[in-house]
Amino acid sequence: MLSVDIRHHFPGFELDARLDAPAGLTALFGQSGSGKTTIVNAVAGLMRPDAGRIKVGGTTLSDSNTRTFLAPHRRGIGYVFQDARLFPHLTVRQNLLYGRWFGKSRTDTIDFARIIELLGIGHLLTRRPGALSGGERQRVALGRAMLSRPRMLLMDEPLAALDEARKAEIMPYLERLRDETRLPILYVTHSPAEVARLATTVALIRDGRITASGPAAQILSDPATAPLLGLREAGAILTARVAGQEDGLTRVDSAAGPLWLARTDLPQGRDLRLRILAQDVMLALQRPEGISALNILAASVRDLTATDGGILVRLDAGPEVILSRITTRSANALALAPGKPVYAVLKTVSVAPGSIGMSES
Amino acid sequence: MTDWLTPQEWQAVALSLKVSTVAVLASLPFGIFIAYALARWRFPGHGLLNGLVHLPLVLPPVVTGYLLLLTFGRRGSVGQFLDQWFGIVFAFRWTGAVLAAAIMAFPLLVRAIRLAIEAVDPKLEQAASTLGASRLWVFATVTLPLIIPGILAGMVLAFAKAMGEFGATITFVSNIPGQTQTLPSAIYAFLQVPGGESSAGRLVLIAVAVAMGALFLSEGIARAVARRIRGG
Repeated sequence: MLSVDIRHHFPGFELDARLDAPAGLTALFGQSGSGKTTIVNAVAGLMRPDAGRIKVGGTTLSDSNTRTFLAPHRRGIGYVFQDARLFPHLTVRQNLLYGRWFGKSRTDTIDFARIIELLGIGHLLTRRPGALSGGERQRVALGRAMLSRPRMLLMDEPLAALDEARKAEIMPYLERLRDETRLPILYVTHSPAEVARLATTVALIRDGRITASGPAAQILSDPATAPLLGLREAGAILTARVAGQEDGLTRVDSAAGPLWLARTDLPQGRDLRLRILAQDVMLALQRPEGISALNILAASVRDLTATDGGILVRLDAGPEVILSRITTRSANALALAPGKPVYAVLKTVSVAPGSIGMSES
Repeated sequence: MTDWLTPQEWQAVALSLKVSTVAVLASLPFGIFIAYALARWRFPGHGLLNGLVHLPLVLPPVVTGYLLLLTFGRRGSVGQFLDQWFGIVFAFRWTGAVLAAAIMAFPLLVRAIRLAIEAVDPKLEQAASTLGASRLWVFATVTLPLIIPGILAGMVLAFAKAMGEFGATITFVSNIPGQTQTLPSAIYAFLQVPGGESSAGRLVLIAVAVAMGALFLSEGIARAVARRIRGG
């Protein structure tokens, strides 16, 4: 668990940030120049904030009141930079083992072979960084940070310098990292897609201040905060349990009703979190008949929020909340108002970030 | 020693090689430290230190030699101190020739190493520190390996400069055969006596060969290091 409470003055810019990052992946989301990297650098000890305190677990990393400031090499915090920063004169293996040597005193939680396997970099070990692709470099940088046996990981836009194909290549590794290690991760990004896919906790930062923070499910499904991340990623997260496999699909039970997933690799009884994007939810006043969509839930309108070019409708489906994004024209045609019963037609339901880890804990 | 060099000629060549080698090796640690300080630290007196290091490059060598004589001579303040406490004497000894050569070559050494240090991305050093390396370890494991081509280039330049040093050496430690008569001093001495041209000519050839050899050596090493870093 990381807790940050710092202030720092730059010419023409004030940083005043309070942030708690629990276990799991905390996405620090904001536009460039909003102070994201400054916070991460302060946690790593690469910059010294004017005032405030930073703690990881029970350890105080810096505290302006007691004039405590731990040097970066004593913090035990892994840092994955946007530009990999591999040592060009060392082989991949030597890069990976670099931090391990200095972290000797800490207990061994992560095994070399397992990291190699997890990141799929076994075939690169004898190469030098100059001969690696951008995606490979970033995977090695990830492994190097983890093998230094850190208390937590910082990632400063690790995917920003990569093209879409390379991003898609690394995302699954980040998900596995998040789910299979217990390290808290603070992940800086300005990409809503990365937040939606990776984050278990979200903190929104703007002009040096944290404007909202909380569990990803809550931030992404709250009409007040979801538009800040981009409407494409606004959506609800439901909890559900796998009921069984039928017709090449998985049936899950949620408090909002039964749902079908186009996956078959989930064992019966497993708890899941499902992500339903607002733009994938259609509304109907009667239960639709003769429609290909499998997942239709009865719900009632809780409230309506106007956004750019449309309406974000929050629905109560049993005890769960679902978001739907529709046009203003449709909202008027359906005469939607709070309390009105509707049917939500879900085009896509996917498994949400962190759900595997959740079911194991 | 060999029949194509007279003993006096051979003495001068051997002395020059010894003086230059010792001068470069002895000044190297200081050169690396000062280059690092100039490249990476901001401190009061930064400009002054930089100027002081470069002074021998712009001063007439005779002036440098005379200043050395004043400071490190038997009556000089530093010279007396070193003589009394450590028994180190520079004046009119080969050690004095080493000091003169080192001082004259120092700017070249520092310049080459400083450029190499400035070319090392501080972000790599930051990355090393987040991986648990203290400042000293960062220097030893990241900075130093990356500046080796620069260090080699500086050493070769400094070596060539030391081999050719004349003005400051002859002013500071004179031109005593077998003691302080380095290769350039010997060439100068041979040219002063009738019939000395053939001796001078042989020494000139050796000077050219040594300089070229050193240059090729450093190029070769630097290229090999660069190839290693670029990967494969």
